[in-house]
Amino acid sequence: MVFDVQKETLPRDELEELQLKRLKYLVQRIYHNVPFYHQRFKELELKPDRLRSLSDLKYLPFTEKQDLRNNYPFGMFAVPRESVVRVHASSGTTGKATVVGYTQRDVENWAGLMARSFEAAGATRADIVHNAYGYGLFTGGLGAHYGAEALGATILPVSGGATKRQVMLMRDFGSTVLCCTPSYSLHLYETALASGISIEDLKLRVGVFGAEPWTEEMRNDIQNKFGIKALDIYGLSEIMGPGVAMECIAAQEGLHIWEDHFLPEIIDPESGEPLPLGEKGELVVTTLTKEAQPLLRYRTRDITRLNPVPCNCGRTHYRIERITGRSDDMLIIRGVNVFPSQIESILLETEGLSPHYQLIINRESGMDTLEVRVEVDENIFSDEIKHLQRLEKKIQTHIKDFLGVTAKITMVEPRSIARSEGKAQRIVDCRKL
Amino acid sequence: MKVEQISVFLENRAGRLADVTRTLAESGVNIRALSLADTTDFGILRLIVTDHERAKKALKENGFTVGRTNVVAAEVEDRPGGLHAILTMFSESGINVEYMYAFVQQSGKNAVLIFRFDRTDEAVEILQKNGVRIIPGDEMYNI
Ligand SMILES: [Zn+2]
Repeated sequence: MVFDVQKETLPRDELEELQLKRLKYLVQRIYHNVPFYHQRFKELELKPDRLRSLSDLKYLPFTEKQDLRNNYPFGMFAVPRESVVRVHASSGTTGKATVVGYTQRDVENWAGLMARSFEAAGATRADIVHNAYGYGLFTGGLGAHYGAEALGATILPVSGGATKRQVMLMRDFGSTVLCCTPSYSLHLYETALASGISIEDLKLRVGVFGAEPWTEEMRNDIQNKFGIKALDIYGLSEIMGPGVAMECIAAQEGLHIWEDHFLPEIIDPESGEPLPLGEKGELVVTTLTKEAQPLLRYRTRDITRLNPVPCNCGRTHYRIERITGRSDDMLIIRGVNVFPSQIESILLETEGLSPHYQLIINRESGMDTLEVRVEVDENIFSDEIKHLQRLEKKIQTHIKDFLGVTAKITMVEPRSIARSEGKAQRIVDCRKL
Repeated sequence: MKVEQISVFLENRAGRLADVTRTLAESGVNIRALSLADTTDFGILRLIVTDHERAKKALKENGFTVGRTNVVAAEVEDRPGGLHAILTMFSESGINVEYMYAFVQQSGKNAVLIFRFDRTDEAVEILQKNGVRIIPGDEMYNI
């Protein structure tokens, strides 16, 4: 059941030995081959030999997304450009894109780790993988694609869009594994129903969902609607793409981060100090094997914790908890830290509410206001105003109880919340700070 | 004895009501009676139409959230005190009127009251016992 039995079940001491060996080599490479890191080490008066044990990692500098932008496009490469066989880029919503390069060995490792992730999801070469992640500069599509091929499964490179046709293909080809964002899976479900395709006609058995934060409630919703196991996959294009960490189907409780290739740390996002094992904070990742664009202590901005408890699947790699927010998308409303995922949980726990919502933040005469827009579908609609007002009140009370923030709840028509094929626009921050 | 009423959720946005009436017109459905209840954010449009199945289908296809409720249509003489007499019957028997609306028939002689009760069957019984004419669904759809 384990793709790379030897590496995935290494005893912790051997795993850490391997990590240290790879980390030392990494530090040598970036110090000598990447001017950005050479400069950073010089400023801090550090030499690569400062690193003697894994715990010395905390003395080494972080890498931020802005550093990648500042070295746009190829300034972070640790190999000559001719050795780079592929480049991906993430579209920056503001400013320059973030570029990532891969050597031949990097793309092979990536495919291997993605295949490992598929296998953790219980997929085998007998599966038909419907891959609705976007193909292109975005890492999602091609990452899942080559991973499924490396596993030997049958891959359907459907990419995004043409949702109605996707549902028909899923039915006609008998796809067993679905890869897409969690919100897109719900969009597929709605489209299937609207076009008269019954879920019983689909052969889906497992979903590999990632590329956006989601909640346990949303997982349950997807599992109930499709009758599948919904698993969480994690990745960041800056680090590699999907397949950095993957939830195993055996436990379905946290994502094994592939520690033979990635060294995780959890830090306090404010102070940058490492936190004790098991505490919640920002995930920082060092790439141990990347050749083209290795990253030292990359700040993911994702909030999670490391779980060192041995998993019943037998893998020894630590698990990260489902990403519960981002240290940079955390909203501070009237001084209260609010993660959109918390509001989503509250909505989904309130009977009958759809997972489509939008948060609108404003500042009116110096006071932050939070408006939560909720779509009214047939499950909650009533022809009596007082019923809908009672529901508004209930949501408002829950948000106040859990988060300590008073929100204005607005009922809106279905589909009035902008919903792209991939990610729904959940947050509209109109504050001018 | 009951009348099927459809209800539509509306955001308070310019033109949404017109979108409903256009959708109905395009699908060949006539409106027999309507009422709009609203708050500052949203409204609920309640309609009695010639063909509620067709109306519901057309509205849903156009992205509206549509509900369906049973209401009671009672005919009263269009004179002072007509409504008061009926409301007194209900309050005496403890039946709640969730909402109501009224319109005057073309003949101009009688008013039609549309009621939504918490206990519909009992309400119908009381109306009948007091000799109030209840307009059956088929008649309402074709008024
Ligand atoms: Zn496991």
